[in-house]
Amino acid sequence: MIGRSRPLQLLSLTVVVVAALSLVSLTIALAGFDVSTAARAALDGAFGGSFAIFSATLKRTTPLLFLGVAVAVAFRAGVLNIGAEGQFLAGAAAAAAVGLHAPVESAVMMLPLEFAAAATAGMGWAAIAAWLKARFGVTEVVSTLLLNFVAINAVGFLVRGPLQEPTFTYPQTLPLGESARLPLLVDSQRLHWGFVIALLVAIGAWWVFQNTAAGFRARISGISRSAAESAGLIAVGRVQASALLASGAIAGIAGFSEVAGVTYRLYEGLSPGYGYTAIAVALLGRLHPIGIIASAVLFGALGSGADSMQRNAGIPAEFASVLAAVILLGVLALPAAEALLARKFRVARAL
Amino acid sequence: MTSIPPILELRAIEKRYGRTIALADGSLAVRAGTIHVLLGENGAGKTTLLRVAAGLLAPDSGEVLLDGIPVTWNSGAQAIEAGVGAVQQHSSLVPSMTVAENVALTERRYFRRFSPTAAARRVRVIAEAAGLNVVPDAVVGRLSVAAQQKAEIVKALAHEPRILILDEPTAVLSPADARDLFGWLKTFVSSEQRAVIVITHRIREALEHGDTITVLRTGRTVLSANAGVRTQSEVLDAILGEQPSIGSGGSVKPSPAGTLPAEPCLVIDNVCVADSSGNFRLKNASVSVFPGEIVGVAGVEGAGQHELLRVLAGRLVPTSGDVSFPESVGFVPEDRLRDALIEELSLLENFALRGAGARSGFLSWKSVAQETTAAIKGYAVLGGTEVATVAELSGGNQQRFVLARELGVSPIAVVAENPSRGLDVRAAIAVFDQFRAARAAGAAVVVFSTDIDELLGIADRIFVCHAGQVRAVPRDAVSIGAAMVGL
Amino acid sequence: MTIPIDGFLEAVVRGATPLAFAALGELVAERSGVINLGLEGAIVCGALASLVATVAFGPSAGLLAGGSAGLCIGLIFAFFVLVLRAQQIIVGAAVSILGLGLSATVHRALTGGGASAIHVATLPELRIPFLADIPIIGPALFSQSLPTYILYALFPLVAYALYRTIGGVVLRAAGEHPPAVIAAGHSPAKVQFMALCVCGFLAGVGGATLVVAQTGTFSDGMSAGRGFIAVAVVALGRWRPVGVLLGVLLFGSASALQFLAQSLGWNVPYNIVLAAPYVLTLLAMAALRGSGSAPAALGRALNRSASLV
Repeated sequence: MIGRSRPLQLLSLTVVVVAALSLVSLTIALAGFDVSTAARAALDGAFGGSFAIFSATLKRTTPLLFLGVAVAVAFRAGVLNIGAEGQFLAGAAAAAAVGLHAPVESAVMMLPLEFAAAATAGMGWAAIAAWLKARFGVTEVVSTLLLNFVAINAVGFLVRGPLQEPTFTYPQTLPLGESARLPLLVDSQRLHWGFVIALLVAIGAWWVFQNTAAGFRARISGISRSAAESAGLIAVGRVQASALLASGAIAGIAGFSEVAGVTYRLYEGLSPGYGYTAIAVALLGRLHPIGIIASAVLFGALGSGADSMQRNAGIPAEFASVLAAVILLGVLALPAAEALLARKFRVARAL
Repeated sequence: MTSIPPILELRAIEKRYGRTIALADGSLAVRAGTIHVLLGENGAGKTTLLRVAAGLLAPDSGEVLLDGIPVTWNSGAQAIEAGVGAVQQHSSLVPSMTVAENVALTERRYFRRFSPTAAARRVRVIAEAAGLNVVPDAVVGRLSVAAQQKAEIVKALAHEPRILILDEPTAVLSPADARDLFGWLKTFVSSEQRAVIVITHRIREALEHGDTITVLRTGRTVLSANAGVRTQSEVLDAILGEQPSIGSGGSVKPSPAGTLPAEPCLVIDNVCVADSSGNFRLKNASVSVFPGEIVGVAGVEGAGQHELLRVLAGRLVPTSGDVSFPESVGFVPEDRLRDALIEELSLLENFALRGAGARSGFLSWKSVAQETTAAIKGYAVLGGTEVATVAELSGGNQQRFVLARELGVSPIAVVAENPSRGLDVRAAIAVFDQFRAARAAGAAVVVFSTDIDELLGIADRIFVCHAGQVRAVPRDAVSIGAAMVGL
Repeated sequence: MTIPIDGFLEAVVRGATPLAFAALGELVAERSGVINLGLEGAIVCGALASLVATVAFGPSAGLLAGGSAGLCIGLIFAFFVLVLRAQQIIVGAAVSILGLGLSATVHRALTGGGASAIHVATLPELRIPFLADIPIIGPALFSQSLPTYILYALFPLVAYALYRTIGGVVLRAAGEHPPAVIAAGHSPAKVQFMALCVCGFLAGVGGATLVVAQTGTFSDGMSAGRGFIAVAVVALGRWRPVGVLLGVLLFGSASALQFLAQSLGWNVPYNIVLAAPYVLTLLAMAALRGSGSAPAALGRALNRSASLV
């Protein structure tokens, strides 16, 4: 635990990613696909040219970055929020509802309104779990997970009921008007200003943890509950509830960014499990902003690469989530592996 | 005595954990029919040596001999098979299960039927044969500490051990219960081919009840002799090594009479604390502490001092009663690595921990760094700059750092729980000197200790906890000991 | 309008069956001190494996294959938690993601991405003579398919194993106070390993039940959170077999609402009915507040801190 140096950490994380990629390539090869074709397709899809980078990879990076930060904020405070998926959907639904129905004309008014609605909705969705824990002692792990399924069905209900498009044919909303959309960041590419907001949120969250009393309290609560309570006189329960709310708000903003920046409408299956992949993003990034940005880009590239592989090499895109899980498991295995290596190293030096 | 080999012998045992050496050269020879007492300071390697003897720990080098024959144990189970039963320092019983279920844990065959009535019968048989009074159907967590220990011994006896090992059995017992225990151990070893090994840190007890004593110091066996031929001071010399200049226990320094201000600084009045299941941990406790005095607190484990100290320190809100204390009370908890410090964080961040709950706005790390550096200097915390982690400090220096943080520049009130735990004698003396200095500076100090002599050496007044009740007691060992068992 | 009470009860038992396997497995794991959130992955992989095995060898082989697939997922979980001592909750989430992704990928590869889903014949209903004729509860309890009858034996068996065998005492002790188990000469990790094997296998059988006894086909994520609900149900049931039984029946009732709504012709939005089990589980957890009887050492790795990074 003590003083693992940055370069060593970076090295071991790289090893995990490379090992996971090789493992999955091996599986692809065993399944009878041509690995080199697949790899070329994946690289092309993720980084081959400005379209791949801006319209595929970074566009996909945006929600993962938001949600990775959301998960990290909770985890750092010792709250296991596994409900980023549900909070994301709550935010998306709120943004869509406001974007479609708020009697506002100008984008200057509309976008902040959508943003606020989404943040509030995400926070509200997380607040259910926080309340269940504070009032009834229900662990947040189970409640946030179950609330994901409730959120999925709530979105399903909205797009078949109150928010359904007027022809009542498809389970989706009408598209948002121009003023309710986030402007594009690069001309004729799909990357939008949500990406910039995500970067700001990542850096901002980190700054709060480092430089404010509240952030310090959250950090301490996440490391040692007993020391926080006894030495710091910190109300850990309240601090953790606040962290869960903040986490929910950030996840809600991710929903806003996705609806107002990418899909322009709400429909079922808006998230291909972003909220779960975000756990891998946060932990691979070691809960550190720079790390999270890097791992969000990595997972964004994996997603767009997988899409491209499905199109060009016929490999099911679902394997991207397998890869995410394998990387996450690799990260979890790291402390044990490092301890083992350190022991070997010490023995070797002693001889 | 030379012809018969010892029933259990450990020769030149060595055990390291990473860079720290727990045992350098631990030896022990136990003869049949004796109570063998193992003495030594905290960290001298007593528990490690016993864990090796009980097969719970494999030594890096050295030999274990049973009846003169070398043995190698890879698990506790093998030692149990060979007739070595261990009663650990920290309860090895499952609190939520009955005594009978706990004893059933010692069986090996997983697919065998477990019958509560048969298991209870078995416990009754073992307990009766051993002359111990144990209720088989009682849930362990609801038993008194002394009763739990009896249950623990019954569990160890289930394997019919020849050698029984007890790690600090008397630390949690009142003097009367401790006498009972040794009486029982004497009968246990009176039948042939049995022996008992007891760890304790009480020299008087060792010489009174033990047949043979072995003293460990910094991982080495430094003395091995018959108990009868040794005096307390000889043994103390062996335990401490080169004697530091202490007035340990001797110098009684009452506070200067008449200088106490009229207004107490820490007051609790008629305070009750109930646990989650409604049992009272603390009943109608009233204590006032004045500026410029040290109040000592004594009590056996679970007598209510844990709650009393936390109420006094403002760390626990009582169920009922009135409390009044200054804005900020320093607190030195017993388990400093759990309750006071965060090992993997820097001294700087650990320093910022004090008052973290009430702070708002931004943190100025620059000013915290200045304070931390000043505290490190002022309390002579060795081996640390403000960016070093707590884990890099030795135990004594960690405790100095906690004191530095909790006492600060001008302490008003501080509550300390067993502050010398895990420290060597020199570090302990330094800690108590800090409390004396705080008293001189006008602070109200409350100190709990498991060592009565330590309390007598520092406290102006003494309170004793027994069964949740708190009362003032005259400052002498006999009165304190009697009050601890409720007399 | 009359309420079709016997039909409703039948739907309750049918809905509860797959979950019951998973919840019993989770009960065993949690009593040994390990919280296995990877159950979702074991269920969904069990479902897919049973589909494939049923196509090849028939439905009984399907149940067995489902159990084996669940066991494999359980072994992955056990390796990370018991050998590498990684954080249980996060490993569970990772294993669930893995199982969901793996099953979806393999299923996509098998069906070639087309719409032609694989279908198998489901296990027949086994009517038990006389018993099935008991009014109201007869059809619900005694006109079900094989897995339900297996459960009738499994509940008492698990209860017996936990409370009336030495292994059960040791297992519960491992969940309460591992040092006691070590002091008695046992290895908590070994006991927990066995518990996790049982847990994975049963979850896999639960997944297989979804396919061979109910739907006859596979769809991505068809476990639909049952693994997570199982974790909730074990807490709801106060970590006791009888409590777990009541918990799964509660879930069964929620899922049978769909049947009730249809047969009564209520015009309840489909998604609200689908969300009912999750909402009801949450409400029940809140109503039966507190976690007084949770195994004391639940979720704690033995000698490493639960730190995430």
